[in-house]
Amino acid sequence: MARINGKNIEISQNITVLQYIEQQELNLSVIAVEYNGNILPKSQYGEKVIKSCDVIEIVNFVGGG
Amino acid sequence: MKIILNGKPCNIQCCSIYKLCDIFFKDIQKTAVIVNGFQINEDRDLKENDEVFLIDKHKMPNENEFSAMLYARHTPNVHQKIKNSRVAIAGLGGLGSHIAISLARTGVGCLHLIDFDVVEPSNLNRQQYMICHLGMAKTDALKAEIAQINPFIQIITHNIKINEGNICEIFKDDPIICEAFDNPKEKAILVNGILSQYADKKIVASSGMAGFDSSNSIVTRKINDKFYICGDGVTEAKEGRGLMSPRVSICAGHQANMILRLILGCDNV
Repeated sequence: MARINGKNIEISQNITVLQYIEQQELNLSVIAVEYNGNILPKSQYGEKVIKSCDVIEIVNFVGGG
Repeated sequence: MKIILNGKPCNIQCCSIYKLCDIFFKDIQKTAVIVNGFQINEDRDLKENDEVFLIDKHKMPNENEFSAMLYARHTPNVHQKIKNSRVAIAGLGGLGSHIAISLARTGVGCLHLIDFDVVEPSNLNRQQYMICHLGMAKTDALKAEIAQINPFIQIITHNIKINEGNICEIFKDDPIICEAFDNPKEKAILVNGILSQYADKKIVASSGMAGFDSSNSIVTRKINDKFYICGDGVTEAKEGRGLMSPRVSICAGHQANMILRLILGCDNV
């Protein structure tokens, strides 16, 4: 069970951050990911496996300003 | 008795502050009176070592007097920190133009303004520009406006489009960065770019402030102590839902206040 955007989420074994993002149908070009307190560089999305007790915040930017 | 009047030591006979004004200036109605950093509206007797500024309300004061007025308006002890601070504002549209002017009024010592665009008529519905600025680069227009508001701060401008390749160089001297773009991809590029390449810079970003939904859904969120985001997070600008001044201003106010809080050492929202 990982904590993603404030909610406890059951995660399947060995799912990477990138796979989770794709599952959620998020647009990679408009997000930022915080992983256990630090920004996760995009280059690491495909390597970082989500573990139990990870705390992840996915910020999805919308247009306007 | 010895006092400091308009920044200079001065020996005077005991008297009240308003009497002092009579002696040095003609008309109390046209004079802003600041005593020991606080603007007063009632008379009292002067005390030894009082620091008094008498400022003509109808004229632009010199730098010391202006600084004293700002000191009087702000909470005590904060003005020096604000004066010594530097903030970059990336994007000078509906958010950035408001934020820049707000921070200039507050007295932030150095503002680094970045945009590539020119002022055009559709900007006037929400951006802090005027008809006389149409066709000007936004960096130049905003710099000129700020010169008419607070001429004692430093303005650095970059008339350039930010991309992944130039973030590191452009923001190298900016401890606090305000993300005030319109395009969500550019927002993501800047936030990821700053936080991945710099361990010690802070960014205050924005997402979701279109239309005229409730003001109360605009919030400031702390993602971590380097990354803050203001807006409602969901209300994107799109066909059928444009950007309108009141709600954009609210988000801009949130960002400007969070930046001020960071300058003053408060890292919670």
